[in-house]
Amino acid sequence: MAAAVGDADALLAAVAEHRPDLVLTDVRMPPGLADEGLRAALHLRAERPDLPVLVLSQYVQRSYAADLLAGGGGAGVGYLLKDRVGHVEEFLAAVDTVAAGGTVVDPEVVRRLLARRRDPLERLTPREREVLELMARGCSNAEICRRLTVSEAATAKHIGNILLKLDLPPAEDTHRRVLAVLAHLGGGED
Amino acid sequence: MSDCWQALRRPGFLRTAWPWRSAAYLLACALAGAVLCAVLLLWAAVGGALSVLLVGVPLLAALPLAGLVSGAGERRLLRLMGGAPVPDPHRVPDGPGPRAWLRTRYAEGATWREAGGAVLSAFLLWPLELLVVAGALLVPAWLVTTPLQLALDGEQVNVLKVWQLHAPGQAWAVAAGGAVLLALAGYPLAVAAGTRAALARALAGGQERVGELVRSRARLVDAFEAERRRIERDLHDGAQQRLVALSMSLGLARLDAPPGGPLARRLAAAHAEADAALAELRELVHGIHPRVLADRGLPDACADLADRSVLPVAVDVRLPGRLPAAVESAGYFAVAEALANAARHAGASAARVHGRWSAGRLRLDVSDDGTGGADPARGTGLTGLADRVAVVGGRLSVSSPPGGPTLLRVEIPCTPTTDPRSASSSPRTPSSSARA
Repeated sequence: MAAAVGDADALLAAVAEHRPDLVLTDVRMPPGLADEGLRAALHLRAERPDLPVLVLSQYVQRSYAADLLAGGGGAGVGYLLKDRVGHVEEFLAAVDTVAAGGTVVDPEVVRRLLARRRDPLERLTPREREVLELMARGCSNAEICRRLTVSEAATAKHIGNILLKLDLPPAEDTHRRVLAVLAHLGGGED
Repeated sequence: MSDCWQALRRPGFLRTAWPWRSAAYLLACALAGAVLCAVLLLWAAVGGALSVLLVGVPLLAALPLAGLVSGAGERRLLRLMGGAPVPDPHRVPDGPGPRAWLRTRYAEGATWREAGGAVLSAFLLWPLELLVVAGALLVPAWLVTTPLQLALDGEQVNVLKVWQLHAPGQAWAVAAGGAVLLALAGYPLAVAAGTRAALARALAGGQERVGELVRSRARLVDAFEAERRRIERDLHDGAQQRLVALSMSLGLARLDAPPGGPLARRLAAAHAEADAALAELRELVHGIHPRVLADRGLPDACADLADRSVLPVAVDVRLPGRLPAAVESAGYFAVAEALANAARHAGASAARVHGRWSAGRLRLDVSDDGTGGADPARGTGLTGLADRVAVVGGRLSVSSPPGGPTLLRVEIPCTPTTDPRSASSSPRTPSSSARA
């Protein structure tokens, strides 16, 4: 750990000073205790596209996640509910994913989006829906294989079917894929 | 802003804008009264003539409603005279639609007071007002021109038709007198305008006691709102953080426990409990005061409500900026309640939320394709909402015929507040839309 800071301005200053490998921030930070942490994260993603940023939030808010994912460049980005910190191994895996340039979206955000959009999703099989949920959370193909204990070929087939059924463009890069899936689930927003 | 009576007692009154404002107010009143006189006479004549054909009867019956227009005009004109703002005396109609509106208007005293005021203004006051302005301004002005008139005539001039003058010296004296009168004309003008304004206030204004009551209710709601925000913050900084810390400790303990043993199972159960407590607390805190509303405003908060709803909800809320917190909060809870009702009682399969700000008011429509039959008189949720909306000066109307569809409409007068913080640093436009 390079530095621990108490407010958003100090965060920006510390990032400039220490050039860390990853920034982990709460949405809510002093002084305003509103969404300063998120704003700082968006600022950092715009200023330093190569810096991975993981944002923790007390609440599941699609608009926060959407802002975070939409802004910035190719570096890793994540939006997790604060509760996930308790599940140490999963949380560390998420940190690793983001640090390695991956994208992590909280399962709760994804679940809510899936719950909301019924019509187009009815065309998916239950297994395809599971795959879609993992895709939206930022899992790579290999990870989806591992979590669902299916073969690489089967996963690729499911993904192909999903993209076809939802009319989504194929994307190799997981971040782009997350964006496309979320945009689709969010009804074209962002 | 002070009123003209206070200004009258202060030295230097004549150098203020009050004499001019008084004259302008009286002239405007006179003009409005003359127009009103013509309109009322024409209306009554047409209505009377057509009453043989029965068409004229409703026309005549609608005559008292002219007072609504003239009353609104009086209240507008009163702004010229400063003082406390004049509240609209009319009640919010009992229900949606023109019938309820007419019933309310004919039943309330304010309509008839305004109608009386209209008759008084149209048939008695406006000639008097003209006379006062003419007497105070034109007569002295005419006196000032006496030397000019004498010069033009060459021999003599009749001052105000009663007094013949021949010498230029006398003419100049009269002119000087006229100038003094002209300067002092501010006093009678202000007295007349002040009296006229007091009459207009009495006839077209709301009762101050009601205004005070509304303000005290609004204060109460503000205090309530602040309290909710404080509770939300306290829970966020206190209980929620402790629970997160607890969950983290349990998670770390699980790593240390021998896997598969009874300790690991107990720890896993405790961890699950802690997570469930966190999830419940999160929902509870969100219900008390949604963070997204404070951070992002109504459009995002409505999108969030749509996300949480079990129905597919199409959201289209576009606003020119942030609105006052009390208005946002009233609108938010109205939309939340409407969506909850649509899902719970109406058996709807989809809902829409539409919101716009225009002409000084926020309008939010929530519609669903359910079975309808929502009745504000029975549902306590709707009554509570109507109260909440009424406190911020708005109104809530529900159209929900049996068989549906249901439309709930909230209208709240307000002005957008500029929020440079969210405008500058948010990459999104202040409005957003989401379609399901």
